[in-house]
Amino acid sequence: MELDPVLLSRVQWGWVIAWHILLPAFTVGLASYIAVLEGLYFFTGRELWFRMSGFWTRIFAVSFGMGVVSGVIMPFQFGTNWSRFTDATADVISPLLAYEGLMAFFLEASFLGVLLFGRRLVPPWAHFFAAAMVAFGTLLSSFWILATNSWMQTPSGYKLVDGRFEPADWLAIVFNPSFPYRLTHNVTAFYITTAFVVMGVGAWLLRRNNAPDDARMMIRMALDLLIILVPLQMVLGDQHGLNTLEHQPAKIAAIEGRYDTVQPTPLTLFGIPDDEAATMRYAIELPDLGSLVLTHSWRGTIKGLKEWPADQRPPVAPPFFAFRIMVGVGMIMLLIAATGQFLKLRGKLWDSAWFLWLLPWVAPLGFVAVIAGWIITEVGRQPWTVYGLLRTADSVSPSLTGANVALSLALYVVVYLIMFPTGIAFMAGLVRRGPQTQEPSAEAVQSGLPARPFENAARAASETRSP
Amino acid sequence: MTLDLVPVWTVLLGLAVFYYVVFDGFDLGVGILYGFVPNPNSRTAMMNSIAPVWDGNETWLVFGGLGLLAAFPLAFAIIIPAVYFPIVIMLLALVFRGVAFEFRFKRPALRRFWDGAFCGGSVVATFAQGIVLGTFIDGFEVNGRQFAGTSFDWVRPFPLITGLALMFGYGLLGAAWLVLKTEGDLQDWARRAGRLCLVAVMVAIVAVSIWTPATNAAIADRWFSWPDIAFLSPVPIVTALIAIGEWFALSRRHELTPFLGAVALFLMSFVGIAISIWPMIVPYHYTLWQAASSPSTQAFLLIGTLFLLPVILMYTAWSYWVFRGKVRETVGYH
Repeated sequence: MELDPVLLSRVQWGWVIAWHILLPAFTVGLASYIAVLEGLYFFTGRELWFRMSGFWTRIFAVSFGMGVVSGVIMPFQFGTNWSRFTDATADVISPLLAYEGLMAFFLEASFLGVLLFGRRLVPPWAHFFAAAMVAFGTLLSSFWILATNSWMQTPSGYKLVDGRFEPADWLAIVFNPSFPYRLTHNVTAFYITTAFVVMGVGAWLLRRNNAPDDARMMIRMALDLLIILVPLQMVLGDQHGLNTLEHQPAKIAAIEGRYDTVQPTPLTLFGIPDDEAATMRYAIELPDLGSLVLTHSWRGTIKGLKEWPADQRPPVAPPFFAFRIMVGVGMIMLLIAATGQFLKLRGKLWDSAWFLWLLPWVAPLGFVAVIAGWIITEVGRQPWTVYGLLRTADSVSPSLTGANVALSLALYVVVYLIMFPTGIAFMAGLVRRGPQTQEPSAEAVQSGLPARPFENAARAASETRSP
Repeated sequence: MTLDLVPVWTVLLGLAVFYYVVFDGFDLGVGILYGFVPNPNSRTAMMNSIAPVWDGNETWLVFGGLGLLAAFPLAFAIIIPAVYFPIVIMLLALVFRGVAFEFRFKRPALRRFWDGAFCGGSVVATFAQGIVLGTFIDGFEVNGRQFAGTSFDWVRPFPLITGLALMFGYGLLGAAWLVLKTEGDLQDWARRAGRLCLVAVMVAIVAVSIWTPATNAAIADRWFSWPDIAFLSPVPIVTALIAIGEWFALSRRHELTPFLGAVALFLMSFVGIAISIWPMIVPYHYTLWQAASSPSTQAFLLIGTLFLLPVILMYTAWSYWVFRGKVRETVGYH
């Protein structure tokens, strides 16, 4: 069997970024949550907020540290495996990537240190300010990285010179057509992901009677956020879909599993796509609804994939199934948020043992939706890296053989399978210890600065356990 | 008429790379020496001496990578694939080393494993970086705007020698750092280890200084043609003087001088390499100006960099200040 360096490079990219994306999916929302808790503590002075903030800050520090470590890998992927893409696009996208890196480090270097160790060194307002700036920084990082990704999906503001992209208008490059939709859809997804984790952890603590006041507050806050954000996310997703239909209709056709153009277009609920034969097998369809859902009109038309030459069609199965998983997860989330809100308003939330039992199990749902959404948008973009302009097959480094990439991929797999489970186990340990722990003492600042997230979090926890 | 920003970015990138080499160099060097220290009890002190700063140091690798990508993308697109495996292995070794660093303290049962991972990761990452350096000096096979060789072109004598040399170089930096940060037996051992590394480093510098002009006519011409030789002859002379001073600094009771001397040696090597390959960024195919990104790209990134970089540097300086002084062997940082 011939090993294909393009396919293997894509798998390698998918492997390193899929693990990496899990961390921002959690830390972006968590940073904002911590800022809110710090704000509440600053304005009310209640111990509860202080404990909760400390608890989540310790977990934040570990996940942020893992994000940095796995993030170091990312920029080098552009050079090792995608050098032709780099040569073609660097003039346009490299400053966006560099700004992401600079701002992430700027944030780690300054405000994260204050947030982790500065409680006794700076006045309370400055600590609150640091928390707000860390949250702002994670949003800035999302801004730049999603601007980069969106430009690859809907390139604008460039001019082509000898097959390479040159910047013509930076505002148009950054605020390209899909960027506002992608940014809001992603950040909302990150917030929802965090809220489900916070709620799950709260329920887990509550069932063990570990800091029950804190745990109840976590669940309440998460439910109040979710009842707004989950419906909002559905609207945002719908708008994002309309934008995609306008700029990347082939992606929509793949998501819908639509090979033939039919007017009005039915909605395919399920089926087994067959790209070879360009047909959907065992399709379960609802007539006309596709037009309504996708174009908001009964007469709207969705172009089928056969309107494109075979070498310009994305593979159908990954976006088709991932979309159904994402939407399914969204429905479950809505159901849980509504049920929880209902129980809360009826005053029965704390007596509903089944619901509290359920919450830890659904805590990872946000990650599932984020990964599914990412598969939809990235595989749906194929066979292009820069949509419609630069092919994935023409992006890969020409010197690589399939065996080269197979070997490096194996190395990434081994190291990540050691690193991530270890980190996750460590965070689980922090959760088990619960919120009833103190801040790291000021003396920690003398020896360990921000860049020691695992260690300081551990010390903070162990200090508290010893009498 | 737009301002030529290539010199600005050349200086910024040069400083970032040099900063990385010196600062991550010393903590990688401590990691290498970690495997050779006779008294295992010293290991905690060694780790503590770099604990608060090592991953801040490592972040400059990202700056170097992103800076090269943004300012000289053609160089990034050619050089990185040419050193595909050294880069992959270096990144994974750094990750592994970082994880080992954190978990050595968590899981005492596995401490030997994490000790080995920490030292091994440091050795492998350094060796890989030295290979990248050697391949860079040796030059690349280029076709048009792409690397045209194979992923194993770096398996040549010269890069492998620079790989070994850098291990001794980082070992010297690490030993000098330990002289500064520790006391007693560990400090005495660090002085001896430092002298050993110094000798090896000087052998390597001499070897590279003979090898490169001997195999590359352009480099020979750069150094030995009149009047260049008059301007450039101070470089080897100053290097030799620093090396002699470094030997005495390591042998006597100096604390800070060995580290400064080691940095000065790295600076002279850095300058020497820069003189040899100037104005190339992809030796020996593309100059800095040919590989530069568009003026608009360079300007767009420069605005934010000039604002953010000073803040990062000030914070870094402050964290080193807070962490000044000796670490103790018995009272662990942890």
